[in-house]
Amino acid sequence: MKKITILGTGCPKCKTLLANAEQAAKSKGIEYEIEKVQEIADIVAYGVMSTPGLAVDGKVVSSGKLLSSKEIEKLI
Amino acid sequence: MFKIFAKLADWVTHDLLQIAPQTHLAEAVHFFIEDTAKIFFLLTTLMLLVGFFRSWISPEKVRHWLDGKPMLLAYFLAVTLGAITPFCSCSSIPLFIAFLGTGIPLGVTMAFLITSPMVNEVAAILFGEAIGWQFTLAYVGTGMVTGMVGGAIIDCLKIERWVEPFVFQINVPKDGIEERKLTLKHRLNHAWGETKDILQRVWLYVLIGVGVGAAIHGFVPQEWFIAHAGKDNLFAVPMAVIMAVPLYSNVTGVVPVAEVLISKGLPVGTTLAFIMSTVAISLPELVILRKVLKVQMLAFFVAYLALAFVIVGYVFNYVF
Repeated sequence: MKKITILGTGCPKCKTLLANAEQAAKSKGIEYEIEKVQEIADIVAYGVMSTPGLAVDGKVVSSGKLLSSKEIEKLI
Repeated sequence: MFKIFAKLADWVTHDLLQIAPQTHLAEAVHFFIEDTAKIFFLLTTLMLLVGFFRSWISPEKVRHWLDGKPMLLAYFLAVTLGAITPFCSCSSIPLFIAFLGTGIPLGVTMAFLITSPMVNEVAAILFGEAIGWQFTLAYVGTGMVTGMVGGAIIDCLKIERWVEPFVFQINVPKDGIEERKLTLKHRLNHAWGETKDILQRVWLYVLIGVGVGAAIHGFVPQEWFIAHAGKDNLFAVPMAVIMAVPLYSNVTGVVPVAEVLISKGLPVGTTLAFIMSTVAISLPELVILRKVLKVQMLAFFVAYLALAFVIVGYVFNYVF
């Protein structure tokens, strides 16, 4: 079970990242759970300063970039 | 090299639209077309270039570079990084919290936040091309010095109590993220993405700026500015700053306005004070900053900037 966390305040890029992450997890066929972190204070607590950020199993793997689903597949 | 835009404007104004030359309308239309084409061309190419090189600088890295530096060096570094990075106001809050949460002094953080929206490399080049490189130097210097002095004052006054207390309670990890290796393709994509973002954010300001510039260029006689806002009028500088407080524009949008004001004989210092006040003091920015700063700090922030711009205006009017 992978836990995928989207760190973003609700900007358009954050929504696209969420969709891309779901697509990546589905096409990889893994079991996953997605959560959104939207409070700025909580996002910063992950060490992320530029949104959107992406964390897998609680570890930040990307910040400030809108990754494609192909790129996310390599990270999860 | 930029003659091509003047030619384009000639063609559109006189051949395509058939506006009689030497009229107010022709002057205004010509200015609007030339400047719109020129600014969007420069904005796009420069943003691509800058975005490419900037893919080496993330806010996380900026924070790391500022960490633990001696104060004077830290102020200088903060405003330099502020000048070359265009972090939009949407990222200023996470930046602010992360800087303070990891022990970067409040003054250094504020120095960064003051200079960042004010100094912009695209605007610097546009000013140089439209008005002269001395003006570019004055503009960049003003933005950096205002940030450094502001930061130093804030640290001297020890006004951390004017920051919302929750900011200091967040536990920010110092070395949160491992950077992925970026390929050339990533960097180019990054540049393209950033350029699109910025164009989306500023195009309206640029059009309004060019429109206002065109109207002044075509319809307001030069004598008006010299009579009402010449160097002899000591109230011109503070008036310019106060008038600009409710106005807000992205810095690229004020370039055409500044160009016209100077060509109409408005003194350099007065123009600089006006555009700095338009760019740096803005209601939307204040609303965002209110999340982390108390009202006293915002009042201090606005008062300091207004005073700084008045001083800058007088100094440059005297020097030039």
